[in-house]
Amino acid sequence: MNVVSLSYIDLLLASVLLFIQAGLSLWMKLGLSRRILIAGLRTTVQLLFIGVVLKTLFAHAGIGWLSLMAFVMLCAAGREILQRQKRRFAGIWGFGLGTLAMFISSFTITIVALLAIIQNRPWYTPQYAIPILGMMLGNTMNGISIGMDRLTSMAWQQRAVIENRLVLGHSWQEAISDIRRESITSGMIPIINAMSIAGLVSLPGMMTGQILAGNLPFEAAKYQILIMFMISGGTGLGTISAVWLGSRRLFDERQRLRLDRLKSREST
Amino acid sequence: MDLFTARNLIYKNYGPLSLTLRGSQSIGLTGPSGSGKTLFLRVLSDLDPYEGEIKLDNKSIISYFPPDWRKNVSLLPAESQWWHDTIGHHYAISCQQWLEKVGFAADVMNWQVSRLSTGEKQRLALVRLLCNKPQVLLLDEPTANLDKKNVHIVEELLHEYRKKNNAGLLWVSHDMDQLKQNTEMIYNMSDGKLEVML
Repeated sequence: MNVVSLSYIDLLLASVLLFIQAGLSLWMKLGLSRRILIAGLRTTVQLLFIGVVLKTLFAHAGIGWLSLMAFVMLCAAGREILQRQKRRFAGIWGFGLGTLAMFISSFTITIVALLAIIQNRPWYTPQYAIPILGMMLGNTMNGISIGMDRLTSMAWQQRAVIENRLVLGHSWQEAISDIRRESITSGMIPIINAMSIAGLVSLPGMMTGQILAGNLPFEAAKYQILIMFMISGGTGLGTISAVWLGSRRLFDERQRLRLDRLKSREST
Repeated sequence: MDLFTARNLIYKNYGPLSLTLRGSQSIGLTGPSGSGKTLFLRVLSDLDPYEGEIKLDNKSIISYFPPDWRKNVSLLPAESQWWHDTIGHHYAISCQQWLEKVGFAADVMNWQVSRLSTGEKQRLALVRLLCNKPQVLLLDEPTANLDKKNVHIVEELLHEYRKKNNAGLLWVSHDMDQLKQNTEMIYNMSDGKLEVML
């Protein structure tokens, strides 16, 4: 494989794009310049850092270090889900719910894929395990955060409807059913759309990466299909479990709607 | 025997409150806005947490499956909610007789919710609630959005329902004349306390 190596000068050139964007934002008073520059800086530091970490990890393929890495990734994703909630669950539930749902979906599917489909020896070979887990986490994270955000904000807005259904003798499941369905749907639409247009409009990121790295396009396509299916399965499983657990948490043991278990971001 | 009792209820910073309803008894509840009348009704139909003891037919609220409790001790909210497109989808069973009583023809079931006025919604919501055959009705300003003629119709219907089904009524209103006509006893709520007014 002959890869064109990038120099720091190349990256510096590309970063000009960010500065142009920041300048435009300043000029148009969008108030985004600071955020763009910080996000750009974070990308640089985080990716270079993970590059170093992975280099070390690939050299020493211990399952202990791998688990630690996976755990850190999970917590970071859990925190990100929390950040994206307009109204989050108070206490441990805020972080716990999304993280648990992500754990259930991403870890299960990644492990099954590594054991049954990729079948490396050892199965946890970091070179495969980490990128796949990362891709799973990143995508299920989107589905889960959209689904949960939708669930809590709709429950908040439609409180009167939910409670009117309760007083008519509906169970909590019936009273929240429409909202639950809509939340799960909105969490899953992005990945369904991504599968529908894959290859037509753009090449998915991983396939692009493999082709740039010199892999055969057809091999890259097969990998991409595998990943798409896994992401879709993971997003579905993760979104459904998060929305289900979340909707359960919205009601107490007397099936009362407990919006006091949510807190809005402003009040934290 | 008492149909419904609430003893030493405490919720938020209200209470302790106690109230007893006999079968086919109607009690009025009035008081300034924000005195906790609506919250009181919500607690009685188990929509909000509270401390204290509530009983129906001498059985504790705890022994009821929550949806069954709410079917029996039913709250009519001040503003009714509709979540399907057509009226009919909101009714579990047909309630022809009561629909006619409040002035609707049978084809109302096919109507679009968006077509309804607030007053029509309020009358249809009452019928929807009565379909469940509640033993205790908690009415939060049930005639607030109605014209004179329909106020009368609703009062008649509630009277008839109460007598026929031996049901208890707790009627929240700001209209003292209405309460005097429709209830046997009136409580005033202020500062989170109940006092007998009439």
